[in-house]
Amino acid sequence: MSEKVLMKGNEAIAEAAIRCGCRHYFGYPITPQTEIAAYMSKRMPKIGGTFLQAESEIAAINMVYGAASTGRRAMTSSSSPGISLKAEGISYLAGADLPALIVNVQRGGPGLGGIQPSQSDYFFMTRGPGHGDFHIIVLAPATVQEMADMTRLAFELGEKYRMPAMLLADGTMGQMMEPVVLPGESVDPETIPATKPWAVTGTQMKREHNIINSLYLKPDELERTNFERFERYAKLEKEECRWEEYMMEDAEICVVSVGITARVSKNAIVAARKEGIKVGMIRPITLFPFPKAPLAKAAEKVKGFLTVELNMGQMNEDVKLAINCSKKVAMCNRVGGMIPGADEVLAAIRKEAK
Amino acid sequence: MTYETIMAGFGGQGLLFSGKVLAHAALIEDKELSWLPSYGPEMRGGTCNCSVIVSDDPVGSPIIAHPNVLMVMNEPSLDKFEDTVAPGGTIFVDSSLIARKVRRTDVEVVYIPATKMATDMEAKSLANMIILGAIVEKLRCVDPGKIEEALRETISARKANLLDLNLKAVEAGREFIRSQNS
Repeated sequence: MSEKVLMKGNEAIAEAAIRCGCRHYFGYPITPQTEIAAYMSKRMPKIGGTFLQAESEIAAINMVYGAASTGRRAMTSSSSPGISLKAEGISYLAGADLPALIVNVQRGGPGLGGIQPSQSDYFFMTRGPGHGDFHIIVLAPATVQEMADMTRLAFELGEKYRMPAMLLADGTMGQMMEPVVLPGESVDPETIPATKPWAVTGTQMKREHNIINSLYLKPDELERTNFERFERYAKLEKEECRWEEYMMEDAEICVVSVGITARVSKNAIVAARKEGIKVGMIRPITLFPFPKAPLAKAAEKVKGFLTVELNMGQMNEDVKLAINCSKKVAMCNRVGGMIPGADEVLAAIRKEAK
Repeated sequence: MTYETIMAGFGGQGLLFSGKVLAHAALIEDKELSWLPSYGPEMRGGTCNCSVIVSDDPVGSPIIAHPNVLMVMNEPSLDKFEDTVAPGGTIFVDSSLIARKVRRTDVEVVYIPATKMATDMEAKSLANMIILGAIVEKLRCVDPGKIEEALRETISARKANLLDLNLKAVEAGREFIRSQNS
């Protein structure tokens, strides 16, 4: 068994990516995720990998496009304003059906905003961050252990469905330290491109050229690629939704929350249970695809829902859609880098229990 | 038992580091834990703090609303956190740096002249480790004997030559508590 170590969430992502065979990191510093780049800058040169601090976020994401085209595991990381800059490149990655890992450790916005934790990029990430009809896989870790585990999951799902995949964390998750067991067996980076028949690895004059491209000037062809892509999204939604249920067996109120607020909510739920309030939580782990089915199922028995989030109610809308507005969906939220305390969440739970 | 500790003071006093050592000691004991730094535009001379939770049960939120252990190394931090301490909690005050007394009467207070003690032992920057020694000796939130191993794992290679001095500082803090009790 692997050993437990103490690491920041950001560092756990970086080390897990390396163990997953990622040898190509391109980034540009921004708080609160700079530890990822710092870690990569120390480790990559020692293991024959590439750490490159690009001249801009846009350059970094396009370097990811290049590396991913060759079938290698490649990644970038940033925080909210930097992800806005990467949006063009993410759309190109999606249009060229390239898997790659993008990490977004969110901070408050809009604009330059602040540097404290936030979940206000929820819409931006889950609706496809960029122009055109597309989605990316969006995973929302709530522990440092999940930061490491979901790094691997993001690479694997991205490759299985040929999509960019994102770890969507918040500043707290990136900065905090917790014990973590890192993936024990390392993936040999040389073995990965061979698993991708579409990759541009050189034909050796033995096969047709592979072409990585997102430009289709014939509308019928472009329409076909869009339809085909959305068939993959449908399969993804059917097979890969992930969520955690907490004290839901007899729950009359269902809290829905992700990341740091899910952890605050757990404290509030434990306190509410002591008061005799039957409350539980569904914590979405995949945000795209969004776990609609368990929410719809919960709607059949609970009195109402309560989303706890660090934005103005973005996930609240997804819960309403998932349950077809069949029950009340209340909200407890703070924004701008503020985080609700367990007492605030408890007060919101009490209000809904009345 | 769950120990929710906030360590607060000026940037440069080593508060994040002493928090890390405490967290490492908890890891060595296979306890549940979290460590969360403040990460504003902190700099030397600005205020800074970290939150460390050590527990026998899984840690929910790493954010501490009501610490039962508070370590303060400047007056603004005492002003900021004094009222948040849970009743029955313990406040460790660096009395060489903070002139005023704690106003709360429902908490236990340990006044320790850590910065003066550190200066006297020619380890001026290790007042943080003296107070850490006092905390673990008094509360046993982690086994004080595990601090040495935790320090070895936490200290950077660049400062490895300061390990012995750090250990001396921790021991001075422990001795301070023992002498109070005797």
